[in-house]
Amino acid sequence: MNDYPLRFDENKQTRLIPFIMSGDPSLDVTIELIKMMEREGVTAIELGVPFSDPQADGPVIQDAGGYALANGVSLSDVLTVGKKVRQQGCKVPLILFSYFNPLLQYGLDILAKDAREAGFSGFIVPDLPFDESESFRNTAKNVGLPVIQLVAPTSEQRIEQIVNGAEGFVYCVSSAGTTGMRTHFSEQITDFLANVKQKSQIPIAVGFGISTPEHVNFFSQHADGVIVGSALVKQIAKRREQLLEPKHNKEAMEEIATFVRSLLRKA
Amino acid sequence: MSQAEKRFGAYGGQYVPETTMNALMEIEAGFKEAMQDEEFLAEYRQLLKDYSGRPTPITYAKRLSESLGGAKIYLKREDLNHTGAHKINNTLGQALLARKLGKKKLIAETGAGQHGVATATTAALLGMECTVYMGEEDVRRQQLNVFRMELLGAKVIPVHTGTRTLKDATNEALRQWVAQIEDTFYCIGSVVGPYPYPQMVKQFQRIISDEARQQILEMEGRLPDDVIACVGGGSNAIGMFAAFLDDSQVRLHGVEAAGRGLETDEHAASLSKGTPGVLHGSYSYFLQNEHGQIQPAHSISAGLDYPGVGPEHAFLKDQKRVDYSAVTDEEAIAAVKALCTLEGILPALESAHAIAQAMKLAKERSQEDILLICLSGRGDKDVETIREVISSEGTA
Repeated sequence: MNDYPLRFDENKQTRLIPFIMSGDPSLDVTIELIKMMEREGVTAIELGVPFSDPQADGPVIQDAGGYALANGVSLSDVLTVGKKVRQQGCKVPLILFSYFNPLLQYGLDILAKDAREAGFSGFIVPDLPFDESESFRNTAKNVGLPVIQLVAPTSEQRIEQIVNGAEGFVYCVSSAGTTGMRTHFSEQITDFLANVKQKSQIPIAVGFGISTPEHVNFFSQHADGVIVGSALVKQIAKRREQLLEPKHNKEAMEEIATFVRSLLRKA
Repeated sequence: MSQAEKRFGAYGGQYVPETTMNALMEIEAGFKEAMQDEEFLAEYRQLLKDYSGRPTPITYAKRLSESLGGAKIYLKREDLNHTGAHKINNTLGQALLARKLGKKKLIAETGAGQHGVATATTAALLGMECTVYMGEEDVRRQQLNVFRMELLGAKVIPVHTGTRTLKDATNEALRQWVAQIEDTFYCIGSVVGPYPYPQMVKQFQRIISDEARQQILEMEGRLPDDVIACVGGGSNAIGMFAAFLDDSQVRLHGVEAAGRGLETDEHAASLSKGTPGVLHGSYSYFLQNEHGQIQPAHSISAGLDYPGVGPEHAFLKDQKRVDYSAVTDEEAIAAVKALCTLEGILPALESAHAIAQAMKLAKERSQEDILLICLSGRGDKDVETIREVISSEGTA
């Protein structure tokens, strides 16, 4: 039922899952960014829906969401982005990343159906922990889409239960705190990832704070996929004006592509 | 654990990032244990008595009642607590629990600054570190309370994101808590947030009505006809209603802030004008647009300036057990003046909303009727705001 299923290609040495905020700096640029990242060979893309109160996010993604909201970007617009890139032949899996309230107000049943029709491959809802997610997981399952579950180093005895009910992949949160770039990670992180990997029947990906090619390289040895959000969002935010100007757009897009390539170690 | 235990009907729950879940489970277990622990409860009661000065009295507002010509009005004097509001009932309870759980640091959000002051006070008393997150706009409005918190040894961190008020201070406190969850306890100031906070804060605030119910029985020999409290997040109201919920003959009234009017966009009446949604960890009523984006609230009272409300209030509204109404900035100011000149009591602007609604009700009631209002805090912190309004009225 899912036209664009999540797949973790075993032949790739780096399976990168970038996050971008829809509508930063514009919905058209978001479409261009998706196409560019598909060309660069990313494994999937998390497409953020802006929210007024992003409780799990650090300053960079808060700022990107605030910018998109000021532009009037809504969940419907993000679904339209999916529809448009599919019409243009994009095949890369797209994960709708949204806080729960915008989904709830849209209506969960109709959202699942619309997201499936718009060519999305799954959902991540950062403020919907496993215990609260059963009903939405069932709704999404009915249209063939997974609701990706997060586990954190603090999940401890919860890990097994979450992993057993997980679909798509397991999103491992690297460390306590919000999204955002970090300079170092705890030494226990590899034990945590090994523990989740051992319990999980499906691929695991790791995110939160991963910002450099060195980080991506390191985590690729301990997880099936690596998620980069804030570092990429910052590269985009830095070039808002150029991206919006036809004269400079190409150059700015190429600079961002170079950053993505460096994460994929193809530079 | 059953999902029902986490909710009031459909409302409540735990809509938080997975990184927070373990800490919530730890608090839940600790809280349940503490409620069975005689030593814990004895220390809590001792502090309420010797430190905060409980029980707070109820005062018959004779001249106010007579001026309205209707029901007899009684005030539950939470303004006479140490630090000047009901907030300390909760912070003493939560800080003792934090200590029991081995946490050394308290963090809190604050709007008007009353909860921040109460948390800072409690942290000083128990020798704990304290950080308070406060919206930049509230820092400006409530400078005196910022200074009080700092004087009490707390660190006040202004929050520059979003609407720069209580909502955003709560976001930031939640974010910062996650980053230091091992050694830090988040002391939430109202009956909001994820389970078990609404249930826990209720438990620590129900002392208000446990006392008041007994006191009115002693003074009048019967229960009141109406009980009235203001509602922002709703902690003083839940505390004031708790002991009366099963007394079906007692009418309960929650009073929200109508700001510049319910017909405008500038109010904080989540129950009267909002819709169900999810924010700050629970399913409740919020001011939001059709896309689920939370909208700014407005009230002259910083403590009511919040676009949401505790989940139990949402439940009590749906059950029709509590009647929720709203009072404008202007009506609240008029109530401040009335209570000052007729009773010699300066109420907090928050509490003035309850007074204003009670003044309307009293006129409709007979002289045999009894109204009991929760006077949740004193108004010293609001003198500057009130002075600005009154002096601008004078020149208008």
